Amino acid sequence: MLLLLVLAPIFAALAIILGAPPRKTALGASIFSLFLALLALRQFEESRRSFQYVISFPISTEWHFSFTLGLDGLSLVMVLLATIVTVAAIWFTDKIDKHEHAFYACLLLISGGAIGAFASLDLFFFYAFHELALIPTFLLIGIWGSGNRSAAAWKITIYLAIGSFILLLGLILLYQSLPAPVRTFDLRALKAAAGQIPPDAQRNIYLLLLIGFGILISLFPFHTWAPEAYASAPAPAAMLHAGVLKKFGLYGLLRLAVPLLPAGAQYWSGLLIALLLGNIIYIGLVTIAQKRLDWMLGYSSVMHMGYIFLGIASANALGTIGAATLMFAHGLSIALLFAIAGEIRKRTGTLVLEDLGGLAKVMPFAGLAFGFGAFAAIGLPGFANFAAEIMVFFGAFRNGWDIEHFHTFQIATVLALWGVVISAVYMLRAYRSVFMGAPNERWNQLVDLRIGLRLPATMLIAVSLWFGFFPQQIVRVVAPAFRTYFKTAALP
Amino acid sequence: MNFTINTTLPWYVLLLPLASAALITLFTRRWKTLSSFISVAAVIASFICSWMIFRRTDPSAAELSWIDIAGVFKVPLGLVLDNLSRTMLLIVSGVGALIHIYSLGYMRDDDGKSRYFAALSLFMFAMFGIVLANNFVMLFIFWELVGFTSYVLIGHWFTRAAAADAAKKAFLTNRIGDFGFMLGILMVWSATGSIVFDDIAPKMSILTSNSGYLTATALLIFCGAVGKSAQFPLHVWLPDAMEGPTPVSALIHAATMVAAGVYMLARVGFLIQASQTALLVIAWIGVFTAIMAALIATQQSDIKRILAYSTLSQLGYMIMAVGLSSNEAAMFHLFTHAFFKALLFLGAGSVILMLHHEQDIWKMGGLAKKLPITFLTFAVGSLALIGCPPFSGFFSKDAVLALAFEHNMSIFAVAVFTAFLTAFYVMRLMVVVFFGKPRSDAARSSDESPFVMTGPLIVLAMLAFIGGFTFFARNFLVVPHEKEMNMVVPALALFAMLAGSALAIFVYRNRTAEAFHVDLVRRRFYFDELYTWLINATQEFLARLSAFIDRWIIDAGAIRGLSGGTWGIGALLRLAQIGNLQAYSFLFGLGIVAVIYFAVLR
Repeated sequence: MLLLLVLAPIFAALAIILGAPPRKTALGASIFSLFLALLALRQFEESRRSFQYVISFPISTEWHFSFTLGLDGLSLVMVLLATIVTVAAIWFTDKIDKHEHAFYACLLLISGGAIGAFASLDLFFFYAFHELALIPTFLLIGIWGSGNRSAAAWKITIYLAIGSFILLLGLILLYQSLPAPVRTFDLRALKAAAGQIPPDAQRNIYLLLLIGFGILISLFPFHTWAPEAYASAPAPAAMLHAGVLKKFGLYGLLRLAVPLLPAGAQYWSGLLIALLLGNIIYIGLVTIAQKRLDWMLGYSSVMHMGYIFLGIASANALGTIGAATLMFAHGLSIALLFAIAGEIRKRTGTLVLEDLGGLAKVMPFAGLAFGFGAFAAIGLPGFANFAAEIMVFFGAFRNGWDIEHFHTFQIATVLALWGVVISAVYMLRAYRSVFMGAPNERWNQLVDLRIGLRLPATMLIAVSLWFGFFPQQIVRVVAPAFRTYFKTAALP
Repeated sequence: MNFTINTTLPWYVLLLPLASAALITLFTRRWKTLSSFISVAAVIASFICSWMIFRRTDPSAAELSWIDIAGVFKVPLGLVLDNLSRTMLLIVSGVGALIHIYSLGYMRDDDGKSRYFAALSLFMFAMFGIVLANNFVMLFIFWELVGFTSYVLIGHWFTRAAAADAAKKAFLTNRIGDFGFMLGILMVWSATGSIVFDDIAPKMSILTSNSGYLTATALLIFCGAVGKSAQFPLHVWLPDAMEGPTPVSALIHAATMVAAGVYMLARVGFLIQASQTALLVIAWIGVFTAIMAALIATQQSDIKRILAYSTLSQLGYMIMAVGLSSNEAAMFHLFTHAFFKALLFLGAGSVILMLHHEQDIWKMGGLAKKLPITFLTFAVGSLALIGCPPFSGFFSKDAVLALAFEHNMSIFAVAVFTAFLTAFYVMRLMVVVFFGKPRSDAARSSDESPFVMTGPLIVLAMLAFIGGFTFFARNFLVVPHEKEMNMVVPALALFAMLAGSALAIFVYRNRTAEAFHVDLVRRRFYFDELYTWLINATQEFLARLSAFIDRWIIDAGAIRGLSGGTWGIGALLRLAQIGNLQAYSFLFGLGIVAVIYFAVLR
């Protein structure tokens, strides 16, 4: 089943390139994947702490190198996110003027690459699947983008290529840091052998992974590719990259850096805190100053990475469960926001905040959907984002707490909490100037989203609300995966 | 916990309005009248359930779980059903039901009627949640949701710039308060390991062992109330919130939501009252807000803004009572205030609607004859507000003043002076709006409102009249009694009330324009200007600076660094005559080779 889930989008992409009807094939394949992911969620046994649905094709037993797929709670949730956002992204794809087949194939390849990376239990394929997903991202921006697309495509390509190389270097060193007899590509075996990595090696490797993954996740100060790329990318590409593919880096940190390199994580904890506060406070302020909706959304997505980093940095079960939940929640909300922004751009030809206004009058559904996305993004209770942020804040605040003094994590949490105010400022400002106020006469003729497009938007909202009301549905799946990470519980 | 009729009943109170909101949003948006009736039916059903719960001697509710990570973090969804919450349920659902009915008339021809009623239902859900929550996180959830519905309802007429701005301002100001509130919650949880009120109370000794930590925690939690109950220095959003439809002002911004801060402080009284320093700060912020808002009210000319400042001022009294460690007095004043202030707002709404959305009191006049029911009920509300015996406000205000008299003379003096100001601005309002000659065409040709609007006015007027008598109020809450009968307090209060009223009548009788101008007061002490300046000087400045740095230093620097670093590779690629994207594929292949090389050959 898992093999089918990973290969369905990739085969569909090949079929489309070979001439299958693009939209129908793509939509069919993505809905099929979503169905399989839901099935996997339904049959998942959270009482078992090991990976499930494991399927393995040995390539070299001598080097412990094989094509192995499997899911634990963390990867299951990420795969679920990938399939949901893929359906929405493909559904939101409108008429494509040129190379329609290639466009859909690219979307499916991103999806397949992301799902493959999340499901791989082998270090090599974990990396390779992600690279597979990156290339179509560049193509989508370079060929079908808007605005200054070639510059944006160039920038994201260089940035992410460098990030990938630093990451690759880190992975190679990680492989080598183990004594020769226990060297392995298998993530499960790596975890079992992790205790044998010497502390100084842990420090070096952790730093490489942090920077390599960090560039992919737009960790401050390696973030400037993100807003530009998202502003130029066609909406479905932005949805898939910001919603799903970017989470690969975070997934990697949770999968490799946190459990395998605890000494490294502890050593660089101060650095990570400083950088993630850069994401939250500094990028938050930059976001306030944005004058275009797409740039604002791009920066806001960069900012929210800071909260996920905070959960990861907190190094306890609560914080990391929160981080994983937030990855899921953020993927839904940012995909919805980019989708609606894309629909607006299609109709008005501009996303400059000053030029818009009163759109909720002429496009009430768009106003409602964007409102849901915006309030989800700023952590309104009822949406999954809030439940996740709560866990991140509680987890981070608890780290190293004592009643006498505030330490690094308490101060970081205070600042991060202030970020919640900042994000409300830029989101509500943007909402105010795009959807509220006197309707500009230029936009009197705009038509609202057609019924067909309301479906995927409603789906994204419904999923976010479902897990916002019932966060335990995610927590119970994810928690066992992290239970094994940390020996000490978070409470006295 | 087993699910029986008994234990699920409180959940119906909570969930019926949510179901109504969902139903309207999903299905009945096109059928506006149907939407409004769904919403009204839901709130009436909630009221009936609330009444049944109130009558039960030993009510209980099933407990659900929201987040449960065994041994690490637990957020239950449990409902408290003590006297405090059951009384509050009755106030909220009762006043809520009346205002829903009134809205049927007030919003009859509104384009966004379905959205309005959906938001109103969602508000009821959120407000019931605050009342019923048995733990901090659940309380916070509904706390923020209430802020959200308030945002939607203030911005109901979103094409009007003033309404759109006011909605945003309300939400953001509340978020600042919630920042402190959440921090306080984190501090409580970190120390005691629990967020459930009943579990924290026995562990208070951990908190009291460090008085600095305790005071900080108490004040941070108080921050939440400062935002929601619009106390100084976060009071600026409430007057602007009057841009929303008037029934919303009555329900949310007078009777219930803004009182949630007081209710919350009463709920966590065990924590607040542990810190004397925090109590003192709370009392002074309350009384300061009371006098400041009363002063501002004396110089406003918009009927709703006058009432809004009056609300601020009365909330100040309640907060002050909390600060003087009497939750009973605070809740008593909350109880009576909910009736008479909702009544005053609905009366104002009746005037506004009949004058075709005219809100300037100087364009009214002589309305006593034109709108007799509105006038009579409004007069009852006014007398209750200024504390005229035997109207309800007299008793509750007397309880608050007596409390101040007992504990702190300087606070008492300010509070009595505020009572004088209250009488002054209320009588000014009455005289200018209802007496004299009509000063505009709209005022000359107005009619009385329909029964669907005057009906709720009459019910509320009756409640505003009897709400303060002990025989009535003691059924619902603990009516505070002074330790010894003291005639000084009521005498002084009566004197202040009579003096203020007499002065207002003397000054404004037969006036057609403002008698005197005090700019400082009329411009609300320039708080809005000060805050705008502050935001510009800090947040906006930093935002622009950061954006500049990001664009011209970080981005430009990175590009330069990258172009330098990649120059070698770039040159190599140029030699091979390939473009960037293909180059990437090439590098990717190279990477795979490198992995295999290291893995295999070493």
